[in-house]
Amino acid sequence: MSKSDLNIFLEFSAGAELLFGNIKRRQVTLNGDEKWTIRKLLKWMHANILTERPELFIQDDSVRPGILVLVNDTDWELLGELEYEIQPNDNILFISTLHGG
Amino acid sequence: MAADSEDVSKELANISEEIRSLRLKLADKTRQLEDLQAAQRADEADNVANERSANSIFTPRINDLTNDEIERYSRQLILPGFGVTAQTKLINSSFLIVGMGGLGCPAAQYLIAAGSGRLGLVDYDTVDRTNLHRQTLHTERTIGLPKVESAKRALEQLNPNCRIDLHKLMLDSRVALDIIKQYDVILDCTDNVVTRYLLNDACVLLNKPLVSGSALQFDGQLTVYHYGDTCPCYRCLFPVPPPPHAVTNCGDGGVMGAITGVIGSMQALEAIKVATGVGETFAGKLLIFDGMNGIFRNIKLRGRSRDCKVCSENPMITQLIDYEQFCSMHASDDDQPLQLIPSEERIDVFQYIDMRSQPHLLIDVRPQNEFEICRLPSSVNVPLKEILDNKFIERFANELADEKLPIVVLCRRGNDSQIAVQHMCNKFPSHAIRDLIGGLYAWHYKVDKDFPIY
Ligand SMILES: [Zn+2]
Repeated sequence: MSKSDLNIFLEFSAGAELLFGNIKRRQVTLNGDEKWTIRKLLKWMHANILTERPELFIQDDSVRPGILVLVNDTDWELLGELEYEIQPNDNILFISTLHGG
Repeated sequence: MAADSEDVSKELANISEEIRSLRLKLADKTRQLEDLQAAQRADEADNVANERSANSIFTPRINDLTNDEIERYSRQLILPGFGVTAQTKLINSSFLIVGMGGLGCPAAQYLIAAGSGRLGLVDYDTVDRTNLHRQTLHTERTIGLPKVESAKRALEQLNPNCRIDLHKLMLDSRVALDIIKQYDVILDCTDNVVTRYLLNDACVLLNKPLVSGSALQFDGQLTVYHYGDTCPCYRCLFPVPPPPHAVTNCGDGGVMGAITGVIGSMQALEAIKVATGVGETFAGKLLIFDGMNGIFRNIKLRGRSRDCKVCSENPMITQLIDYEQFCSMHASDDDQPLQLIPSEERIDVFQYIDMRSQPHLLIDVRPQNEFEICRLPSSVNVPLKEILDNKFIERFANELADEKLPIVVLCRRGNDSQIAVQHMCNKFPSHAIRDLIGGLYAWHYKVDKDFPIY
C-alpha cells in the first residue's frame, strides 16, 4: 500500500447489492494522488465493479431515480451530491428505496 | 375398476368437504362459547364492583378517563413521559391507515390497542391465502372477505372503545382529499409507488403528517414526511419516480413476515408520537433495517427542498394529478400480463399438451428457489439471468444443434418467458422457440387446478 492510497468503504442495501455481485460491503482502494468526487467514483464503479444491468444504477451520469446515496450516514444532498470530495475512510452507502408492504 | 376408483375419489371428496364444514362449525361454536364466557365474567366483575360501592360515597373525577380506559391503558398511564395527558390526546386523535397488508395490520393493531380514538382503514383488496404469513389480522376464516372488513373484525376484539371507519376502495386523485382530511395522522402502508406519490401530495396539500413504511425481502425502511418546518416530503427526496423495471413488489421479490411486523409496529409508534407530541420522531431521518444481518441504521436526511414541486414556497402542484401517468405504473402490486413478442411465437397450454408427446425441450426460466416449489414434468431450470447472459448456449449445445427440436419456454405468469424467447429468437432465428402463454398460472387455471400456485 503506497502513501497515496485512498481507502474507502462502499456499502449496498435493500437490493442495490444485487447489481454489484451481491456483496453488501467492500473496501476499495482508489488512487489518492487524484481528487475523487462522487461523480468520478460513479464512473469508476461502472467500469470496475458494476456487474449487472447498469441502467438500474446509473442514469445521466448520476444514480438513477430511487437510489439514495449516503456518506457516513448523511444524505449526500447535504454534502454537495456529485461534487462531494471523498475523504479517506468515508463510508458510502447506496440504497434502493422500497415500495412494498 | 374405473367406476370403483371414481366412487372412491367421490367419497374422498365428500368426506373432506364434510370435515371442512364440521371444522368451521366447531370454530363457530367455540367462538360463541368464548363470547358467552366473556360476557359472564364481565357481569361477575360488575356485580362485585356494585356490591362494594353500596354505601354510595361519590369520589370526584380528576380527568376524562373512564374506569375501563384507566384499567385498559394503565401500563401506558404509569409510563414516565406518557401518562394521562398523552393518553387523552391519543383518545382524541384519528389515524388513517392506507393499505391493510403486512404493514397496515400491525400498525392498526397497536394503534387500536393503545387507545386511538378513531381509525380509518383503506384497502380495495380481498384476503387471500398468500397474505396470511404477514398480514396478521386476517385469518383462515376471512379469506375472500374485503381486507378492511376482515381487519375490523379482529380489531374490534382488541378494543371496543375505538371507532373504526372503513374505506373499501382504491385511493385515487378523485377521493383522496375527501378521505384524508377527516384524519389527523396518515400512515402509508401501501405496496406501490403510485399511491406513495398520491399520498404524499395529498398530505402536503392538506398539511397532514405522513408516517411512511416499506418492506421487501429482508429489508425495511421508515420515516415521517411533512412534519415540522424543515422536514422533507417524499418528493423532496424523490422528485423523479423510479423507472418501472427497477421496482420489485412483494409478490415477485418475496418478503419476510416479521420484517413487515417490525416496520408496521414502528409506524404505530411514530404515529402515536406525532399525535401526542411525545418524544422525537423520524421526521428528517430515515431508518434502514437490514433484517438479514440484524443492522438498524439511522440516516440524516436533507431538509425541505426549495425546488420541491409540492411542498416548496411556490409549488407547481396545487391539486392532485394523474399519478399512474406520472409514474408510468399501475397503482396495485398485481402484475399486468405483458405482450412483448408476436402471437406466432406464443402457444397456449392446450397447444403444449398436444405437442408434449413429441421430442421437445421445456425450459423453465424462474429463479431456482421457485423451481423448487413446483414444476412441470420434464422441464429443466434455466433462470432468466442465464438465458440473458447466454450461458444456456453451451449447456444445451446438443439440443440447439438440431434446428427442428421445438423449444418451449415458461415461467410463473408468462412475462419473463417472453423476455427469454425474445432473446433466444435473436440468437437462433431459425429455431422454433415458443413462449407458454400465462405460464404455470395458466396451467393451474386451465389444466390442473391441483397444481399449486403462489
Ligand atoms: Zn417536498
